[in-house]
Amino acid sequence: MALKKFISLKRSENRKVFITYIAVIAAFIICQGLSMAGLLSSSMQGMLVPICAYMVMAISLNLVVGVSGELSLGHAGFMSVGAFSGVAAAIIMQNFITYAPLRLALAMIIGALFASIAGFLIGVPVLRLKGDYLAIVTLAFGEIIKSILNNFFLGIDQNGLHMSMLKDTTNLAEGGRLIIRGPMGINGITKISTFIAGFILVMIALIIVFNLVNSRLGRALMAIRDDRIAAESIGLDVTKSKMTAFVISAALAGAAGCLFAMNYFTIEARKFDFNMSILILVFVVLGGQGNFLGSMIAAAALTILPEKLREFADYRMLLYAVILIMAMLISNNDEIKYFFRKLNPFRNKQEAE
Amino acid sequence: MSKNKTKLVPVPSKAMIPERDIARAPVLECVNLGITLGGIKAVEDFNVTIGRTEIAGLIGPNGAGKTTVFNLLTKVYQPTTGTILLNGQDTHGFDTVQVNKAGIARTFQNIRLFKNLSVIDNVKAAMNNEMKYNLLSAVLKLPSYRREELAIHHRALKLLSIFDMQDSADVSAGSLPYGAQRRLEIVRALATNPSLLLLDEPAAGMNPSETVELMDSIRKVHEMFQVAIILIEHDMSLVMNICESICVLNFGHIIAKGTPDDIQSNPAVIEAYLGRKK
Repeated sequence: MALKKFISLKRSENRKVFITYIAVIAAFIICQGLSMAGLLSSSMQGMLVPICAYMVMAISLNLVVGVSGELSLGHAGFMSVGAFSGVAAAIIMQNFITYAPLRLALAMIIGALFASIAGFLIGVPVLRLKGDYLAIVTLAFGEIIKSILNNFFLGIDQNGLHMSMLKDTTNLAEGGRLIIRGPMGINGITKISTFIAGFILVMIALIIVFNLVNSRLGRALMAIRDDRIAAESIGLDVTKSKMTAFVISAALAGAAGCLFAMNYFTIEARKFDFNMSILILVFVVLGGQGNFLGSMIAAAALTILPEKLREFADYRMLLYAVILIMAMLISNNDEIKYFFRKLNPFRNKQEAE
Repeated sequence: MSKNKTKLVPVPSKAMIPERDIARAPVLECVNLGITLGGIKAVEDFNVTIGRTEIAGLIGPNGAGKTTVFNLLTKVYQPTTGTILLNGQDTHGFDTVQVNKAGIARTFQNIRLFKNLSVIDNVKAAMNNEMKYNLLSAVLKLPSYRREELAIHHRALKLLSIFDMQDSADVSAGSLPYGAQRRLEIVRALATNPSLLLLDEPAAGMNPSETVELMDSIRKVHEMFQVAIILIEHDMSLVMNICESICVLNFGHIIAKGTPDDIQSNPAVIEAYLGRKK
């Protein structure tokens, strides 16, 4: 009975959620199986964790763009806040928490926490704006975060944490360690991100976002997106709802950033620039606004594609662009959409007509 | 689940009608209400009192300022002069959200539904403020989430069943036929438990038989919810049939107030609509 209630597939939303969970778990099992059997090339294996991180970024941005209906162009900023604070926390904890998965989990939580604080601080001015203005201001804040992290120094010695801006004036005591080195970023990271951790983070992000979308917050957000004036007339608090979504989205981006950074030996603020924000937005737009499974597939495909195109050498990015344009055109074609809808075994008859 | 499977009959249960303090104060009192928009006095000296269960009509030629009055009452515009007392409470400085919480719900002249949401989600969105569960219980689907969601699901279905819309609960609101969209707007407004309902041209674009149906719906709502209603309407048969009192606006001024019979024979009203006799 309980199970039946859980899988009540009558409503199309429930069906979508269910299919998404199944698809993610299936993809994880296949990839894990292939990699254990040694059938995955080393370049593919190296991409598993970044793909998971990008998927979480796509989910997180889709909450703002698809559900909330606000265009945010600074999402890489939250990712970098999460990456730097998470990695710094992991390095500090290195000596007394030796169990790597626990350290990774704590680092991701700390990354999410710092990113959500950044999300709140940025949300206060930004969410007063609408439409294009909001998009441009988030872009600016993304750049501000990048610049701050590019000039930030953080060190640790026996006296505790020391930080400085612009120049390294931390004056660490003997035996201290400079963790964040301004434009040099963080290096000497112990790679503790694993594909399993990435999978778990994707599932957690999905559960959080799906359950929120099916709650009063999700309804309020979608109502505000569809008609702000009507939403206010029925007593929905526009700023509060948007702020909540924005902060949750920033927190997820922070956790994803931490996962992403812990997969490399060095991490620099430069990596989380405007291009990264646009890339994540492309995942969301290509996969469909409000369509979480679609944006995850887009994230995976667009991460693998440039690697697979390496054999075309100089023409790589040209081909990448052409494929991207084709994908956008095809995914917006009604006839092709109809064709795929017919193939869907779960489709409901009313919908098909 | 099973105990909630009672047949959905359009009888108001206690849960549907919120307990209000039945104070002596009228629902709405406007004193010298006015607004200047772009140098033009769009509404001036608007004095109206609406009783607790009154159905009032607001009529007048196009551009007379009828919708502006609604926008003033719901604080889409802040009035430049005058006071609005809602259930005896001054609404000075309120915003749209606070006005709704204080008891005014409205519909719109050009339908403003949440088009991508299902019909029932449109109604549930309006019940947002009576739900108390927090984000954590939503994410973890804790009992408080399940209990409150189930409760509003049934309440939303009951409300929809009053307008015979429970069968299209899962259809997206944008795909409803025109008349049903207008009805859904009324249901959504009612879902916020208002003491005053503002209907902005509810019969616009309807054919005569739909208008008759609408008239019955409005009467039903009025009886079941004991709610005061102000309606803006150009369909005179509807207004004259349903309203207990009528207020006529022209160029932002009230030119006549009274019962339907008074209004029909008022020379100032006839002049405003048909022009001066030569």
